[in-house]
Amino acid sequence: MTKPWDATSEHLLRELAPQVLGAVARRFRDFSSAEDAVQEAMIAAFRQWPQEGIPDNPRGWLIQVATRRMTDQVRSEIARRERETVVASETDIVIPTVDIESDMDPDDTLILLFMCCHPALTSSSAIALTLRAVGGLTTAEIANAFLVPEATMAQRISRAKQNIKASATPFRLPSLQERAERLPAVLHVLYLIFNEGYASSIGAHLQRFDLAREAIRLTRGAKALLPEDAEVTGLLALMLLTDARRHARTGPDEELIPLDKQDRTLWDRAAISEGTELLTAALSRGSVGLYQLQAAVAAVHDEASRAEDTDWPQILALYELLKRVAPSPMVTLNHAIAVAMVHGASKGLELLKTLDTDVRISGHYRLDAVRAHLLEMVGDYESAIKHYRIAASRTTNIAEQNYLMTQAARLAERRP
Amino acid sequence: MKYILMMNTMKAGRGVPEWAHKDLQAHIAFMMGLNKDLRQSGEFVSAEGLAFPDQAKLVRAGKDGLPITDGVFPESKEFLAGYWILDVDSPERAYTIAAKVSAAPGPGGAPLNMPIEVRPIMSGPPPEML
Repeated sequence: MTKPWDATSEHLLRELAPQVLGAVARRFRDFSSAEDAVQEAMIAAFRQWPQEGIPDNPRGWLIQVATRRMTDQVRSEIARRERETVVASETDIVIPTVDIESDMDPDDTLILLFMCCHPALTSSSAIALTLRAVGGLTTAEIANAFLVPEATMAQRISRAKQNIKASATPFRLPSLQERAERLPAVLHVLYLIFNEGYASSIGAHLQRFDLAREAIRLTRGAKALLPEDAEVTGLLALMLLTDARRHARTGPDEELIPLDKQDRTLWDRAAISEGTELLTAALSRGSVGLYQLQAAVAAVHDEASRAEDTDWPQILALYELLKRVAPSPMVTLNHAIAVAMVHGASKGLELLKTLDTDVRISGHYRLDAVRAHLLEMVGDYESAIKHYRIAASRTTNIAEQNYLMTQAARLAERRP
Repeated sequence: MKYILMMNTMKAGRGVPEWAHKDLQAHIAFMMGLNKDLRQSGEFVSAEGLAFPDQAKLVRAGKDGLPITDGVFPESKEFLAGYWILDVDSPERAYTIAAKVSAAPGPGGAPLNMPIEVRPIMSGPPPEML
């Protein structure tokens, strides 16, 4: 008895991946090999299910395939050891005989999320491992999303697992205190996946795997597991409120359209109202953090049906709060824009001067881009052109570079 | 973030380097080993070596849009010998790998210390909102 494969099946399959991995990893006490085995089971399912239909018990099917791989591997490992030593030590090799399926733990996905966003990993390897182990993506899909060869991505994931192994992290839920310490790293990885997807949905990369949607799905999962955490909810709200503008932020030639020039009727109202509701719920819990505040800024923008209706004083207040909660040069930069919108561009420019000596941002194209914009607002076109061009030469994002060069060209033509 | 490492060593009119057999072998082994390491570190995107400059053509469109080819290059000019495209975590990491390439062994096993041009590829990093 099988069910036909339809539009929701892929989602189902991906949701099962971390549950299956959790059960197999716990039973075999080997996260790294279990992760490979589940990946093989996922590839087998993606190959067979669309043609043969979804098995009655899809989870059981995946566990069975993954377990078979694990068992094969364990057997060949035993054989290898027997060849090497006369007395084989089997004490640390476990072949489970009982039904793994009854051994599902709802916390497994959460355990995996904390494991994959391990502090011992670089962000690129944490991202890759999270997408495969928690997201249920195949190596080929992840490689495609980051435009690198599949073998390179496989190697990156395998090295990430070696690092986790070396750190001797047990496969269990971190204590409440550990969780509190490590949650920011988890949220940062989810945020980076979203940001990569959001930025790469521009232009030539449209055919890439949709990482922004994937990040939203993973963050939804994290929110379901940590419903009381206001920052997890805040991050989900931020993603929804930002992604709601995806269809408005590029033009017919894939050119970047800034917020104030977007056709706001193209914004996704359903995503905006969901994001706003989530944000309201998060803020009512009292502990305001980085993601909630950014989501709040996004919500203020999304509320305005015309750019000139934007409640800039409220955005200014939010950035002042952000500067206290999570100070960074990027926050100061955005704060300067809000100051300019409320108190005039020259006040914003004054604030930018404080960043010129900050090595974290002084050579960053974003500082020149904002400065150019504010200089244009005060009517100093010559300097604005100069800074638009500096910004264009410093960015490594093509869509952004085209936008900045166009701004400079537009101003240069307006010159008397 | 992705970088291209460009090795500009070839001179027009100069053919295959006339090194001792063992020096040449050491050089080739070094390059193969480097590529293997880059694959294993999960940073490799692509790498190619280019044919010698005497096979290169300089092409321009003529008035009728048809190609006008020119194959003779000035003796002094340097040419791209090969490149690597890598996906690394930081610019510093790209420079470290470039330094390794630069020190590839030459005659007598001495490091060549070739200049390696390292340039970011326009594929991001994506504009972060933070």
